[in-house]
Order: sequence, then C-alpha cells, then structure tokens
Amino acid sequence: MQTIFTRGPSLNNRLTLALVLSVGLILVDHKLNGFDAARVYLNSFMSPLQYVANLPSTMLNWSAERVTSQQQLISENEYLSEQMLLMSEQLQRFQMLKTENQRLRALLDAPIRENIRKKVAQLMAVDNNPFSHQVVINRGASDDVYVSQPVLDESGIVGQVMEVGSTTSRVLLLTDVTHALPVRSGRNGIQFIVVGSGALDELYVEHVAHSVDIQVGDMLFSSGLGNVFPEGYPVAQVSSVTRDESRPFAVIIATPMAKLDRLKHLMLLWSDKEAVGDE
Amino acid sequence: MSKRYSIVIFTIVAALVLQIMPMPIQADLYRPDWVLLVLAYWTMALPNRVNVGVAFLCGLAMDILLGTALGVHSFALSVSVYVLAANYQRLRNYSVWQQAIVIALLGALYHLVLFWLQHLLTSIYFQFDYLWPVLSSMLIWPWVFWLLRRTRRRFKVS
Repeated sequence: MQTIFTRGPSLNNRLTLALVLSVGLILVDHKLNGFDAARVYLNSFMSPLQYVANLPSTMLNWSAERVTSQQQLISENEYLSEQMLLMSEQLQRFQMLKTENQRLRALLDAPIRENIRKKVAQLMAVDNNPFSHQVVINRGASDDVYVSQPVLDESGIVGQVMEVGSTTSRVLLLTDVTHALPVRSGRNGIQFIVVGSGALDELYVEHVAHSVDIQVGDMLFSSGLGNVFPEGYPVAQVSSVTRDESRPFAVIIATPMAKLDRLKHLMLLWSDKEAVGDE
Repeated sequence: MSKRYSIVIFTIVAALVLQIMPMPIQADLYRPDWVLLVLAYWTMALPNRVNVGVAFLCGLAMDILLGTALGVHSFALSVSVYVLAANYQRLRNYSVWQQAIVIALLGALYHLVLFWLQHLLTSIYFQFDYLWPVLSSMLIWPWVFWLLRRTRRRFKVS
C-alpha cells in the first residue's frame, strides 16, 4: 500500500541528495584524503566479497594442481633443483661480497645496510577498472602491511601498497598513470624519474634532456630516493629513445622488468625506518 | 516481507561478486555491467523500493571494491538509475529487445559519466575500448531479465 506518507522524498530530491553526497565524497576522499583511516574498515567490511569472487579461480587452480601428471612434476622438480643450484652458487659469492661491502662501508663511516624484512603474498584479484592499474593481495594490516610499502615479484619492482584492509590490501602498479618512481641507470648512474603510462608493458622516463647519455637496453634500478622503494632493485629496461629536437625533452620508453600481466606470487618489503633516517 | 527483500539484496550481492571476479585480460574488456543490469531490473520491477538510494549504496560498495575514489561509481549509478526510475512505466511496456537498446544507451551514459568523473581526478584519455561493456550488457540483458523475473515470481517479491 503506497500512501503519500510512506513514500519519502520525491525521486528528484533523492537524485539531488545522492549527487550532492557523491560529489562531497569525491572531494573529501580524493582531494583531502579524508577517508584514509576509514578505508581500512571499509575494505575489511567488503573483503568477504573479494574472497567469494576469488573462489572459482582458487578452485580451478586447486583442481589443476590435482591433475598434474607425475611426468610434469618430475620435470618441474628437475628444473627447480637446477635453479636452486645456480642460485646457491650465486648466493655464496653474494655472501662474500656482502661482508666485504659492509667492511668497506664501515671503513668509510657510511651506515651499514640492514637486512630487509620480507614476506610473500599472493595475488587475489586484478581490478577491472580500466582507468587504473591495481591488484589486490592477500596480506593486510594483520601482517603489518602499511600504506606505500614496496611490492616486488621475482624479476623486479611491481608497485606500492595503496590501501590496507585487515586481511587484504590494494597495490598500485608502477604502470598506473598516477605512479612515479625515482631510478638510476645501471650503466652510468644518472638519475631519472619513471612514470606509468597506463599500458601494462610501457613506462615513460620523463624530463630527460637531449644531451643525456641514455641508450636502448639500459637497465634502470630503483635509486632509493623518495624513501619508498629500497635502493638497487631492477625496475625497467629502456626500449626506445627518440630524440626529436623540436620537443623540449627526449621521448624515452622503458619496459617494466616485473611481469605485470602474469603476477601470482609477490613479495612485500619492510623498509628499515632508522636506516632510512640516517641516510 | 524481509525475506522477500533478502532476494533483492542477494541478487545485488551476486552482481557485485560477478563485477569483481577475476577474469582473463582478453575477456575482461567485455565484462557486462552486472550491477547496472540487476539494478535496472529491480528499478523497473519495484520502482518504489529500489531506486536512487539503493543505487547510491551499490555505487559506494563498488567504489570500495574497485579502489576508485569514493563517490565516483555512486554518482554514475545514481544518474543512470534515476533515468530508469523516472520512466519505468513506459519502459515496462517495451519488448525485451527494445529494453536492451535502452539499457545500452544507459550503459553508455554510465560509462561516459564514470570516464568524465575520473578524467577530472586523474589525467586519463578516452579509448573506445571502454565502451565494449555497453555492447555485452545489451546482449546479455534479455537473459538477465528472464532470470530475474523468474526469481521475482518464484519468491513473490513485490
């Protein structure tokens, strides 16, 4: 039974109210970052839906694991043990270099670099929002994840944590148009800024003068400036350099090292605040 | 009565789950706007119960789930659902394919409002790829309509 009393505000008023509220929310959230504290609770409140949405792919993965043949497992095992041998050989050399480096740094009175705390996370969801590159991982505030924490995969930097929920968190990929990160060329140590392009396999190296020595194939490593990403992790490789004199800067495109379109296992790094403060 | 409402809530939650479900990148581009479709059905069927308010809340949920600035999806969904709620009597009399065309137009409006809002917030450029969901939503509307009408009649939601 619809009476005039049960109907509430008219449709037009409802629309006006909803639009005013939305615009207010957008302004407070985007311009003033007013919901940073509340986002944790909102994300935790919504995370059951994420888990439900993730169920089919989890089940597919599970059943795929059940039906792998013995042959596949054997070949995978062989490959992995071979990899491990190679890695452990490199690690032996690395241990030696590390102690040597620490001794040298101690001689120079430079702060000794601490071991970084790390934890492995798994990809839960890739956002289908076409305007922004984000992924959701299965670690959150209960694992001490914090906003702007660096995230890596096995071949390079993936991005940084953008929002934290209690058991999930959202990672902004370095190819997002709003993401920028300071890097250093591996060949000659020149500093650059790498900015996301909005395409998963492209990054722009911005504000590079025509005279700067940068070539196709140069590796770019994180420089540690900006105190978000630790120093020395691979970020990208320069894939094209266009020096058009009619433009103020050279147009330089780089390919990210991390395999952003096939992420599965990710690594979270905890930066050591004290060490950062000393530098 | 609350039991009947729970059917509406259940279908909306299912739409939200479908909206965020991980899919291969090739298929992701063509993902229909499930939330918009389900809201459109309920707005036409029960315009006094489901209208702009519910759309606003669903939009907020989507903003949280998709990581956009709070208010972006709620703005776009409120506008789209308002158009439906204002014209529900006419739309109910259309055939299902005519409705599908209306849904497509509405989906285009929804995506353009979304793009426009996010364009104001970050520097993104328009690509026609963003409008593929309009086509897929249009093609899937008759089946969504049929399924939801059966659900509504079976559980006698009114």
